[in-house]
Amino acid sequence: MNLLNISGSPHVHSDESTKKIMWRVNMALVPALLVAIAYFGINALLVSLISVASCVLFQWLIEKYIMKVPTTICDGSAVVTGLLLAFNVPATVDMMWIVIIGALVAIGVAKMAFGGLGKNPFNPAIVGRIFLLISFPVQMTTWPQVGGLFPMDFDVATGATPLGAFKEGALPEGVTFMDAFLGHIGGSLGEVSAIAILIGACYLLWKKIISWHIPVAFIGTAFIFSGILWLVDPASYMDPLMTILTGGIMLGACFMATDMVTTPMAKSGQLIFGFGCGLLTIIIRNWGAYPEGVSFAILLMNCVTPLINRWCKPQRFAC
Amino acid sequence: MKTFKMGGVHPEENKISNDAAIEVMPVPQQMVVLMNQHLGAPATPVVQKGDKVKVGQLIGEAQAFMCANVHSPVSGTVVKVDTCKDAFGLTKPAVYINVEGDEWMETIDRTPDIKRECTMEPKEIVAKLKEMGIVGLGGATFPAHIKYSIPEGKKAEYLIINAAECEPYLTSDYRVMMEHAEEVCIGVSILRKALGVPNAYIGIESNKPLAIQKMQETAKQFEGIVIEPLKVKYPQGAEKQLINAVTGRKVPSGKLPIDVGCVVSNLGTSFSVYEAIQKNKPLIENILTVTGKKLPSQHNYVVRIGTTYNDIIKHSIGELPATTGKVISGGTMMGKAVVNLDAPTVKGNSSVLVMDEAEARRNPETACIRCGKCMHACPMGLEPYLFSALVKNNRIEEAKEHNILDCIECGCCFFSCPANKPLTDEIRLGKNKVRAMMAAKK
Repeated sequence: MNLLNISGSPHVHSDESTKKIMWRVNMALVPALLVAIAYFGINALLVSLISVASCVLFQWLIEKYIMKVPTTICDGSAVVTGLLLAFNVPATVDMMWIVIIGALVAIGVAKMAFGGLGKNPFNPAIVGRIFLLISFPVQMTTWPQVGGLFPMDFDVATGATPLGAFKEGALPEGVTFMDAFLGHIGGSLGEVSAIAILIGACYLLWKKIISWHIPVAFIGTAFIFSGILWLVDPASYMDPLMTILTGGIMLGACFMATDMVTTPMAKSGQLIFGFGCGLLTIIIRNWGAYPEGVSFAILLMNCVTPLINRWCKPQRFAC
Repeated sequence: MKTFKMGGVHPEENKISNDAAIEVMPVPQQMVVLMNQHLGAPATPVVQKGDKVKVGQLIGEAQAFMCANVHSPVSGTVVKVDTCKDAFGLTKPAVYINVEGDEWMETIDRTPDIKRECTMEPKEIVAKLKEMGIVGLGGATFPAHIKYSIPEGKKAEYLIINAAECEPYLTSDYRVMMEHAEEVCIGVSILRKALGVPNAYIGIESNKPLAIQKMQETAKQFEGIVIEPLKVKYPQGAEKQLINAVTGRKVPSGKLPIDVGCVVSNLGTSFSVYEAIQKNKPLIENILTVTGKKLPSQHNYVVRIGTTYNDIIKHSIGELPATTGKVISGGTMMGKAVVNLDAPTVKGNSSVLVMDEAEARRNPETACIRCGKCMHACPMGLEPYLFSALVKNNRIEEAKEHNILDCIECGCCFFSCPANKPLTDEIRLGKNKVRAMMAAKK
């Protein structure tokens, strides 16, 4: 007979794994990707594929030749980063090479330089996006307008996003709540459709990969804060419902502010994190240089995550 | 339905031996009786080589405070008084007996009649528990006479009987409830009398509806026994969680149940209390489950304590399947992996659980992604991921400050960890280091 195995208890496991979690997040991003392809055409698919492929490739190269550790590309985390990075850029032809630089910064600098999955203090996709926004301000704010599956002329159909237009003076005419909800507006590749993002978020909630705390606190704070401003001066500030439906709030709140690695663990800490993100987003949108503040807000809150973790402890069973 | 509030997990229940009635395991030819089968100091052997012993005769006497008597589970001749390796490879003092016939002490009532009346005073009951070597059968094997001697200044208000059987696979308590409900209720009444509390609460997880029904019907004939169906959630049967579920009270850190007016005993203990008090029978038998997904048959047995694991396996299933990976004494969440199958069973053993290689294998560890699942699964509200990091870096003082000693080692953290980090192992190591540090400071 074989020798018996010995180990401490417990002798069973839930069969949950990092790999399962990451691939489920990828699953949850699929609805938003499909909407992007439907609205922005084949460009959206190509930008996404290039972004994912380069994230996976950079991680593999770094693990194999620099860190000299067994590769972990199969765990799906680089794919998540790749998809989220693509979702944060416009679906244009220029992006098909620029996004490769973003992938290098996201994977190389924001993730692997800190030691790989689980060790990075900042959300890699957000670091990549902000790097591109600062380095390629023109390309990063050239928004394609919603077109067919195969736009004939790649360069002509561009215009402003609702947020960009509002920063310049007023919302573009004819943008309704329903347009914003379904995603029939200009914007980054994966952030336009609130409904597609919410479908993915519901899947993650159902699978218990995210909890409601961060998204609700984030979106709730943004809604209430912008609502107060709007009530005070409806002419200068955007309608709160339009505020949360446009730009990156939905995508950020559901997928990037809920990244396990870079956000607090305790529920109370998650509420603080979401509150901070919502507050900073509205401040940056209204009084900052950029029309959009979601990625900066999340990045800033990532900075204080260790502090929040230190402060917000789970409630002990008995003291 | 009542439950503890914080954390917890739901492992696959696997109660596949539920319907196997309790069978009697034959007495083996050779018997090794360990002298410490309980929490505390070993009993002192009071027999010598060549002595004849009967079933139920005292062979190890409790001389220390935290200790319990040990009785011979067989009749025969003492071959030697020596040491023996236990199931986990530790050397323990033991008495070796060559079995001859099956001659019981005359004082033991072996008739099948159920005796209800108990005229003993509380003090006499506790003394009798000590004499009969009764220990808690829930896993910790805490000597019962100590638990039921309430210290000065403390007052028991609740007696809680743990019949949650929240561990996967185990079914011995279930079978006892189905087959010996009346004896159990008499045992509980005796314990209630010993404590002088108005009510005893028997907590049963709701995945055992037949047992709940049976116990409710039986308890009607008794005064002050309340059946509490509990939500199916692990670790519902952990002492502090059970107290919380039934009474809403919380045992403070570092305190005992009696500090919040509670005494908790296992269901199996109440059955052995019945036998000890009403039938004069010492604790010489275990009721244990032989189970495993790949076994040809599932069993529940009444086994003489000291029967080896190999004897049990041989009688029940012949031999272990070729693909066996692990043999566990206890359930899959808190049971211990058996090292030595030649070792005798001891008081409180509740199962021989055979796990297949594939089932027993641990998946490779990956990086912590700070998902917090360990923290949310912890029924004590602790931070397992933090202990893991602190213990690895030998920051023992900080681990203590973060209340590592509150950990009840239920295993929920490792169970739920997507990175397969051996959190419970690391915490166990950390607790030992903290205790060593505290001992060194004294």
